[in-house]
Amino acid sequence: MIEIDHVSKVYDGKTVVDDISLTIEPHTIAVIVGTSGSGKTTLLRMINRLVELDAGMVRLDGEDNRTIPGYELRRRIGYAIQGHGLFPHRTVAENIATVPRLNGWDRRRTTEKVRELLSLFQLDPDAFGPRYPHELSGGEQQRVGVARALAAEPNVLLMDEPFGALDPIIRAKAQDDLLAIQKHFGTTIILVTHDMNEAFHLADKIAVMDGGRLLQFGPPDELVRRPATGFVEAMVGAGDRPFRLLSMRRVADAAEAGEASGPALAASMNQQDALAELMWSGRPAAPVVSADGTMTGRVTLDALLKRARGAP
Amino acid sequence: MTFRIDKLGVLIVVLAIYGVLSPFATLKANRIVPGEGFDILEALPGGFGRLMLLAVVGGAAMALLRREALWRLLSASVVLAALFACVGLAAAYLTPADNSYARVSPASGFWILLFTFSLLATDGISRMNPRPSVRLLFLALAIGIVSVILLSGLWTDLSVMKEYAARADVFWTEASRHLLLALGSLIAAAVVGLPIGIFCERVPALRSAVLNTLNLVQTIPSIALFGIMIAPLGWIAANVPGAYAIGVRGIGVAPAFVALFLYSLLPIVANTVAGLSGVPRQAREAARGLGMTSAQRLIRVEFPLALPVILTGIRIVLVQNIGLATIAALIGGGGFGTFVFQGLGQTATDLVLLGALPTVALAFASAVVLDALIDMNAVAPPRKDTR
Repeated sequence: MIEIDHVSKVYDGKTVVDDISLTIEPHTIAVIVGTSGSGKTTLLRMINRLVELDAGMVRLDGEDNRTIPGYELRRRIGYAIQGHGLFPHRTVAENIATVPRLNGWDRRRTTEKVRELLSLFQLDPDAFGPRYPHELSGGEQQRVGVARALAAEPNVLLMDEPFGALDPIIRAKAQDDLLAIQKHFGTTIILVTHDMNEAFHLADKIAVMDGGRLLQFGPPDELVRRPATGFVEAMVGAGDRPFRLLSMRRVADAAEAGEASGPALAASMNQQDALAELMWSGRPAAPVVSADGTMTGRVTLDALLKRARGAP
Repeated sequence: MTFRIDKLGVLIVVLAIYGVLSPFATLKANRIVPGEGFDILEALPGGFGRLMLLAVVGGAAMALLRREALWRLLSASVVLAALFACVGLAAAYLTPADNSYARVSPASGFWILLFTFSLLATDGISRMNPRPSVRLLFLALAIGIVSVILLSGLWTDLSVMKEYAARADVFWTEASRHLLLALGSLIAAAVVGLPIGIFCERVPALRSAVLNTLNLVQTIPSIALFGIMIAPLGWIAANVPGAYAIGVRGIGVAPAFVALFLYSLLPIVANTVAGLSGVPRQAREAARGLGMTSAQRLIRVEFPLALPVILTGIRIVLVQNIGLATIAALIGGGGFGTFVFQGLGQTATDLVLLGALPTVALAFASAVVLDALIDMNAVAPPRKDTR
């Protein structure tokens, strides 16, 4: 658990982070969104003390993060940044092994960890391990950057606009990979972005910041249904609200008993995509098929439209 | 196979024609009087003159018509080998049998041809774009060939070798003195300059002050700097206890060493600052975010990434010092300059060469070695790219 407790930061008389408190539950993904200059990156960097706070306290599992030296704290917390920040003079394997080496792991354990992570990120360890960062594509570099951040098995991973430099298709893939990795390790992730779609795609809880202040911190659908301020409403995007609600739910949640014709939709598909499919094919309803291939009922256009208006 | 005319080849042909028409060797009655020039056919016995001409014509034709790197290097090597052999033969041939005062030296034609075909060889090597280790191998090969020629006695009758024979002991003393001055001052400057550079990069306020001061030192002419050193070092030698015992003097090695050290500081400090400033911001940021201490960041990330630029500074300093150390002879510092200035004083050109040739060879060899080191340490090694 990460407790940010009345934290402030002042640069040259200007308050960049203004008395922010929020608690992030273990094994969840919290996304901090805001415009540039909102203080979101500063807040993130105060958790691993790349920036020292001026007031308040950050507690990790109940312990003040100032009880150990900053560099030791940072070895326990994963950190991934935009544009990956890989060391150009080190191979991919050496880059990933950075923190295990700092922690004095033996060679064998380090090598095994590097291979495990590369495989997990769908990079062949024998092919990619000995390469240098400049020989990789942008998407591959980004994956190696995240793998490096996870090498010492941290409980907490901080990510500062990690996908900012990627093109949209690779970015969507990287986001899905991150969700899978988070499920695999159970890591608590705090991610900073200015991309609201990314926030809705990844977050268990979203924190919206503006001018150094925290405007709202809650689950995505709460931001859509009950935005705390006009700024939050604008960030969420008034015109996108129905689609945001649908995008957070699965077809299975809207399914009902009955029959329908045409190709079936997967139960795990999100409701926004299901609505798009029904509109495109001109059908009032479609059959729903579960992951094991059995028909579980149907989903209707009416049911989806009702949910788009905020029905449970 | 295409026979397109090569631009460098045109230059080489023109130079080769000029070289062939100029005198190949000079015969002098003794070591200081002006001599009489002989062209290739006159300077060489029997068919050797014609063979030499044939080699030059063939090499020039290759330079003009063949663009393949290997052919250019090979034909240049053949001509250079012929030149080296023939200049020795010419010396033996032209020296009168019973005259121990007469001297034979290579003349302008030889030097022009040597320059011309060295140019072709260099062009061939750079077209091959060899890996750093291969370049070092070429250098070793060249040193090996010259050593073999020197040991074989082929050049014994050349004037410059006669000058050497008369000074063999002193030559090696001065050679080690020269190396001590050039390398020692470089090492001292690196030991002092690297920390200064690191410090300057961290404290921007200091940077311009330090760099401007060192720049000022760099603008003092070398002879003036040697002169300026005499008074303070003389005072230190006379007044600071122990200074005289460790070799501090107003003239001699000490002021030369200090002057070279001062000249070395600017390139080393400036390149250290530039190299460290060039480290990608994201790599620094990541190093800190992953939990490296300040020292670990410097040693593991910043310094290795700055190394190619720092080595470039060291290369500049080494080549510069090898040349400047020659002037140290003026204030009794020794080195190859001793022969240069003795030779100038006696108007004995070949004695000047005895000092100048090893200096040039040394500077050239260290440039090749350091260039190879720089490439070996480059982050992204330059690759053959056909695009």
